[in-house]
Amino acid sequence: MAEYRTHPYDVLVIGAGGAGLRAAIEAAGSGVKVGVVCKSLLGKAHTVMAEGGVAAALANVDDRDNWKVHFADTMRGGQYLNNWRMAELHAKEAPDRVRELEAWGALFDRTNDGRILQRNFGGHRYPRLAHVGDRTGLEMIRTLQDHGIHAGMEVHMECTVLSLLLDSGRIAGAFGYDREKGHFIHWPAKAVVLATGGVGRAFRITSNSWEYTGDGHALAYRAGAELVDMEFVQFHPTGMVWPISVRGILVTEGVRGEGGVLRNSEGKRFMFDDIPDLYKAQTADNEAEGWRYTQGDKNARRPPELLTRDHVARCINREVKAGRGSPHGGVFLDIAWIRQHIPAAEEHIKRKLPSMYHQFKQLAEIDITKEPMEVGPTTHYMMGGVRVDGDSQMSTVPGLFAAGEVGAGLHGANRLGGNSLSDLIVFGKRAGEYAARFAKENGPVATDAARIQSVVNEALVPFERGGEGDNPYQIQYKLQDSMQDLVGIVRVESEMQQALDIIGELNTRAARAGVAGHRQYNNGWHTALDLPNLLLVSEAITRAALLRQESRGAQFREDYPEKNSEWAKYNNVVRQGPNGEMLVEKREIPPMPPELTAVIGEMK
Amino acid sequence: MSGTVMISKPTPPRAVFRIWRGDAGGGTFQDYPTAIDQGMVVLDAIHRIQAEQAPDLAVRWNCKAGKCGSCSAEINGMPKLMCMTRLSELNLDMPVIIEPMHAFPSIRDLVTDVSWNFAVKKQIKKFSPRLPDAEDGTWRMQQVDVDRVQEFRKCIECFLCQDVCHVLREHHKHEEFIGPRFLVYTAALEMHPLDTADRVPDLKNKNGIGYCNITTCCRQVCPEGITITENAIIPLKERVVDNFFDPLKKLFHIL
Ligand SMILES: Cc1cc2nc3c(=O)[nH]c(=O)nc-3n(C[C@H](O)[C@H](O)[C@H](O)COP(=O)(O)OP(=O)(O)OC[C@H]3O[C@@H](n4cnc5c(N)ncnc54)[C@H](O)[C@@H]3O)c2cc1C
Ligand code: SF4
Ligand code: SF4
Ligand code: FES
Repeated sequence: MAEYRTHPYDVLVIGAGGAGLRAAIEAAGSGVKVGVVCKSLLGKAHTVMAEGGVAAALANVDDRDNWKVHFADTMRGGQYLNNWRMAELHAKEAPDRVRELEAWGALFDRTNDGRILQRNFGGHRYPRLAHVGDRTGLEMIRTLQDHGIHAGMEVHMECTVLSLLLDSGRIAGAFGYDREKGHFIHWPAKAVVLATGGVGRAFRITSNSWEYTGDGHALAYRAGAELVDMEFVQFHPTGMVWPISVRGILVTEGVRGEGGVLRNSEGKRFMFDDIPDLYKAQTADNEAEGWRYTQGDKNARRPPELLTRDHVARCINREVKAGRGSPHGGVFLDIAWIRQHIPAAEEHIKRKLPSMYHQFKQLAEIDITKEPMEVGPTTHYMMGGVRVDGDSQMSTVPGLFAAGEVGAGLHGANRLGGNSLSDLIVFGKRAGEYAARFAKENGPVATDAARIQSVVNEALVPFERGGEGDNPYQIQYKLQDSMQDLVGIVRVESEMQQALDIIGELNTRAARAGVAGHRQYNNGWHTALDLPNLLLVSEAITRAALLRQESRGAQFREDYPEKNSEWAKYNNVVRQGPNGEMLVEKREIPPMPPELTAVIGEMK
Repeated sequence: MSGTVMISKPTPPRAVFRIWRGDAGGGTFQDYPTAIDQGMVVLDAIHRIQAEQAPDLAVRWNCKAGKCGSCSAEINGMPKLMCMTRLSELNLDMPVIIEPMHAFPSIRDLVTDVSWNFAVKKQIKKFSPRLPDAEDGTWRMQQVDVDRVQEFRKCIECFLCQDVCHVLREHHKHEEFIGPRFLVYTAALEMHPLDTADRVPDLKNKNGIGYCNITTCCRQVCPEGITITENAIIPLKERVVDNFFDPLKKLFHIL
């Protein structure tokens, strides 16, 4: 018999980033017993790293903004593959969710009349991102954490969920282990909210931490849920490229929002050369107008540096490939140039972008108030995830909910910056509310002892092989290299087929992974246990990308470089077949109701 | 600094990392000679050692960019974030000594049990805002009025300040003193323009603010550059004095 501890809850929230904490606060507020599980310490989840801001049509800076504009911007950014119901709810509810953070102690930067200040960001028509310098995620997670610890949730820090449990098709809780001590834990629960974040560790160059191994995606898939939009991985245009060891670390879009410009080795602002038709009407065609926009001129159009991320990333890629890159294989991002316009530019930059200043000074010995940065694309965000109902966030498995980056639908083929932090609080709240309701309406669950036993057995085999087994770190590195090179920014069928072969081989190797030592805080063991998840999401990404024979949003196919209107009708859905094989299929997008179609028409 | 011109010598291709390995029961230092590249930080070296020599080496990290406060350790005796300490700032002719924080119990290798910090925070009275200023339920605050508190809210909870504070590190007053991190936290609440709660009696009676003798060690190690002592602790101490020792106030209490 497997030995484990048991902590039963009504609602179990897996993940303590913005989405998980917001869900837990909501569920606990409705009187049910709530547990939260997270792999790291409380307050260290990915949300802490978000920089630029949270998008909400508060209209504090530009009173022309409202939910309709935000909705239309989100849909345009997602190339209309979005779940329109989620895009609608998100645009309508984000302002209240942001104000609520203020009521819980968050201190956003202020406008002159004392309200929450908002900044420009790519793809947003008006200044819309509430922010705190360039550490908005820290403000958000700390606010939710400090409010949450008094809201009645119980937190299990440094615990990893290995499997969801089912009771005749309905969710019945989760099973996992405590990283610090190494013992197993069973969390029976009537409803489970997945809030596990993304998959960025599948790629070599990434802004994501070790936590982002696609656990939630894989857990849901194995429990029978459907994944959607898995081909859409966002490569952020500006990650650090030098020194090598910091390659991938994010340089916030806020730099461009504050007036930073992209130049190639010839000193040219290359973004002016390639403005997509969909955005021509809203984009400045000269430098002077672009500058005026960043300084709040309402009559100016935004500079092309603030086009959507997928597009900017591809333009940078093109410059580098054409031999017009910077010395270390990126392009130049220059904020120092604003001293031509602003008298105390140095102080201004340090105040607006303190952590960027710090980051470059400390890690690259570059003073961004004086010199340009070198930047290049980095894996950043997963648009794809668990397919959920727009209102309740429930997946196709009864009682299993998903919110935040692990959920999908809001962003379609490409996410706008700032729309993730708002996603977390809007849909975190909804998931918490509906999960609590589900728990109240449904009776207790039974324990699947056989399943638990097999999870334990599988988790312990790497110790049997010991140091003789395959090194889990090396398997992970190999996967990251392959995904980066074969399923990255530019994709082509033959390379993706090759990636599938490699994933197959790595699955075999992962099944032979071994670790030495004991179960207490053993990073090698943790890495070995994360591997199957990382491999599963990598396969899902590759298969979905192969099926979509077009270029749209974050997916660029060299063999199908154009957008295809036929493909505009479908999302790709990934699920487990009856014999454990991975199925990928096209699923028609339900028609948008006339009132929303009208909004899109109005905002053209 | 001397007036001589710095000549950058070529980075040696290898360095030795002397890492503390062990757990609550005790441990020893172990040497790991490792290849290094230009621009590497200590955390990169640790990762390389994990991947090549010691897969079960225990370490905490998340962001690798000084934003999450997970990777605190003592490097050559200095409390630092491993992800923000470049090898080029260290003397690589000698082994680089890497130890866990000393003020907290060991779990394994570089990982310590910091759960005490989370328990302390929970005991501090939570944020309680005044009624909204505007009819739509929102407040008005000027940037100048939030600047100070925003400084405190930069805290990434790395607990390095807790690690160096002698009250905790040497005198183990964890039961009586909340440490600099939570004095900063309390200051952020007390100086929050909207907050209405009073934490001053607790500061004196429960939180042990009197133990702090303003050595400024905490401020010197804070990776976020928060002026812990001058901006947070001293003003709080003044509030305590005003509240409890002001002769006029005393008089009023007696009357
Ligand atoms: C550098 C950076 C900057 C960004 N800037 C912005 C920005 O300015 N604006 C914006 O809108 N978005 C931004 N994003 C994106 C945004 O921060 C993330 O998408 C968002 O924070 C994800 O939040 P989440 O709650 O879904 O998950 P996370 O915050 O990642 O939390 C995931 C949680 O799940 C837990 N978990 C995962 N797997 C398991 C498991 N198996 N068992 C138990 N627990 C598990 C983790 O421990 C963690 O607690 C940025 C992202 C990065 C990386
Ligand atoms: S100043 Fe006070 S809190 Fe800071 S280290 Fe010294 S005694 Fe501790
Ligand atoms: S105050 Fe500074 S040193 Fe202390 S925990 Fe916060 S960031 Fe770390
Ligand atoms: S890893 Fe986040 S601060 Fe070092």
